[in-house]
Amino acid sequence: MSPLVRLRPLAFIVILLGVWHIAVNRQPVHLLPDPLQVATGFVELIQRGLLLKYVVASLFRVTWGFCLAAAIAIPAGLAIGWHRRAEMALNPLLQILRPISPLAWIPISILWFGVGDVAAIFLIFLASLLPLTLTAINAVEGIPQVYVNAGRNFGLSRAGLVYSVLYPAVIPRLIIGLRITLGIAWLVVVAAEMIAVNSGLGFLIVDARNAGNRYDLVVAGMVAIGLIGLLLDTWMRSLEGIRALRWGYSED
Amino acid sequence: MQTTDAKPVMEIKLRAKGIGMIFKRDGNCTSVLDNIDLDVGDGEFLCLLGPSGCGKSTMLNIIAGFLEPTNGTVTIDGEAVKGPDSRRIFVFQERGVFPWLTVEGNIGFGLFRLSRGEREKRIAHYVKLVGLQGFEKAYPQELSGGMKQRLEVARALAVNPDMLFLDEPFGALDSITRLIMRGELLRIWEAERKTIVFVTHDIDEAVQLADRVVVMSTRPAKIQKIVEIDIAHPRDISSPRYLELRDGIFEAIGLAHKV
Repeated sequence: MSPLVRLRPLAFIVILLGVWHIAVNRQPVHLLPDPLQVATGFVELIQRGLLLKYVVASLFRVTWGFCLAAAIAIPAGLAIGWHRRAEMALNPLLQILRPISPLAWIPISILWFGVGDVAAIFLIFLASLLPLTLTAINAVEGIPQVYVNAGRNFGLSRAGLVYSVLYPAVIPRLIIGLRITLGIAWLVVVAAEMIAVNSGLGFLIVDARNAGNRYDLVVAGMVAIGLIGLLLDTWMRSLEGIRALRWGYSED
Repeated sequence: MQTTDAKPVMEIKLRAKGIGMIFKRDGNCTSVLDNIDLDVGDGEFLCLLGPSGCGKSTMLNIIAGFLEPTNGTVTIDGEAVKGPDSRRIFVFQERGVFPWLTVEGNIGFGLFRLSRGEREKRIAHYVKLVGLQGFEKAYPQELSGGMKQRLEVARALAVNPDMLFLDEPFGALDSITRLIMRGELLRIWEAERKTIVFVTHDIDEAVQLADRVVVMSTRPAKIQKIVEIDIAHPRDISSPRYLELRDGIFEAIGLAHKV
């Protein structure tokens, strides 16, 4: 891609910021802070050390909730997918739980864990658990039978089959599932922090409003959430570029 | 040179007796194979030939131990077949290579019981045998269809099996690559003398490759005819004998030999 093409999205953002600035300042009643106020708010958050602190707090909760969920959901999902009968038995339950928004669990998680980190982590854990389980189940079911047959043909034991065929065969799909679920976890952490804790980017947004309608800080917080979400996604996406995994993302 | 006179003394490698297969699906029973008896000699190259969907792949899956027949038994070297075995390797179409392993990784896949040095020696040998030098570190995705097919054959040969089962292995290749691959397979077979059971729906392919061609009928498949191909390799595919044998099979299948 030529540098000009690469700069196109950036140019678009700059134009949008310009439109935003002009639109806001033409209105007598300010419905939004303008981009400069947001930028100033951003700098203020950095100077007060709040931004780094809150980002770390949010990432801490996401990391714990997401990793715990992955540690349980992936082995469980793989086992369920491998045993067709288990999948048939559990599928209705999983399908009932799936449409329940993780946010619906907020009262229960506060009841169980009180207001604090554990409640927020629990919510992220719940939000990640089901999508990851379903991803793992589908990943196993998507393994072409020829790979399993070839593995058996070469005399692999059950454990060998899991290690040398099942595991490598599901990795590409698991990575896609992990990437999507990490996005969900990042959505949920903001909501969880608005209610259950007093730090983090979600808390920043609620707190900025409550403590004197600082909408410049509200929008600055939103921008920070977006940028970090983008970084997380880019990082997960980079895993898809690994040469040994590329087969899982190609057309053929 | 291979002569047909040697055939009668050939030892029986595989014996299938009274094989019947009935698939049950949604309450319907479909009879796919009907009372098939088949002997395969040690070192023989046998083709199972029949129209698409006649059950020849099912037959191959049964003798390879992936499917259990409804009736009948399969014995290899006098031993009943109870499941797949690394002494007998099934070659799928090129879809069977593991996409997450390199060429080396694929060929070495079945060699986990060997020492590292021995494994590397074998891998190098079979990379060379199938002409994949220079592609040792490549992933299947980076190879052509014909190369993937050769890779799968190499992976099968590397574990030094007594038998190879090939299920329409060249079906997905273009006609030029297919011809080259047939030559390669014969070269390898002559070098390593494995017993080969080769499933195809291509009459020319069967007559070019096999010692014997087993012609199967439509479903439920029976053995319609067994044709000995008494032409030495390399075969002249415009010789009168070749055409005679080929036309005989065309007739047995009930195809007018005109387009």
